[in-house]
Amino acid sequence: MWDEIFGGLLIGLAAAVLWLGVGRISGMTGVLSSVFQFRNPDRHWSWAFLAGLMLAWPMVQLVDYPAPISITDKPFLLIAAGLLVGFGTYVGNGCTSGHGVCGMGRLSFRSAVATVTFMLAGVITVAVMTALEVQI
Amino acid sequence: MTYITAFVSGLLFGLGLLISGMNDPAKVRAFLDIFGVWRPELIAVMAAAVVTFFVAFQFSKRRVKPLFASAFHMPSLSVVDMRLLSGAVMFGVGWGLVGLCPGPALVDVLSGNESVLLFVGALVAGNRLAHVLIGPVKTSN
Repeated sequence: MWDEIFGGLLIGLAAAVLWLGVGRISGMTGVLSSVFQFRNPDRHWSWAFLAGLMLAWPMVQLVDYPAPISITDKPFLLIAAGLLVGFGTYVGNGCTSGHGVCGMGRLSFRSAVATVTFMLAGVITVAVMTALEVQI
Repeated sequence: MTYITAFVSGLLFGLGLLISGMNDPAKVRAFLDIFGVWRPELIAVMAAAVVTFFVAFQFSKRRVKPLFASAFHMPSLSVVDMRLLSGAVMFGVGWGLVGLCPGPALVDVLSGNESVLLFVGALVAGNRLAHVLIGPVKTSN
């Protein structure tokens, strides 16, 4: 439980640093879209953010912190899920970070609706997969 | 300073995702499995992060601009429409299928896990596909 709370505090702190430091919302969907806007200097911060984000993994390996990754190895599931998440977050303008953490932290009604919607969709998806006995 | 700040923020964000276990798809799916063997711990991640950002956001209201930039880039959208809802549903279904959302997926890339890499490839493809087919929301921001 303390790992979750401490991790959540770090995520909130990260979002606070980006907002108070450079006035940007730390939403992964925004970062993902922004890294492709090569010619827009206003978006170049997203490359630095992404570099820091991705270096977290090697950093925790250095201190031998256990960070297991248990994930399906079914290519069809992985491709379908990746496409849905990539397409859906672009269309819905945000994901767990932008809508979930920052949007709800701003008390945005729009973000709260988005968060409840994708959480419900996730819960239903897992329940349906269990009911259909889908092997993952 | 913009880039250093963004780098530090990204690193803190990644460490938070790894320490909380958000990067583990099995743990995320167990969190979503409320009718099965529910593991509710991840709600603490969201709660702690939201409260922390809430405090920072309230503080920022007393400031004219951020420390190292000329303006706060406040999200300009506030409507709840079909675009928002359909996007959120697609995202939620994909999230439930595998247990990865964009942040954790990107954090796990350097693990070299082949399933993660395949997911991230499709994630980027989905993002670009939506960019080409649908395009960004028209805003003044």
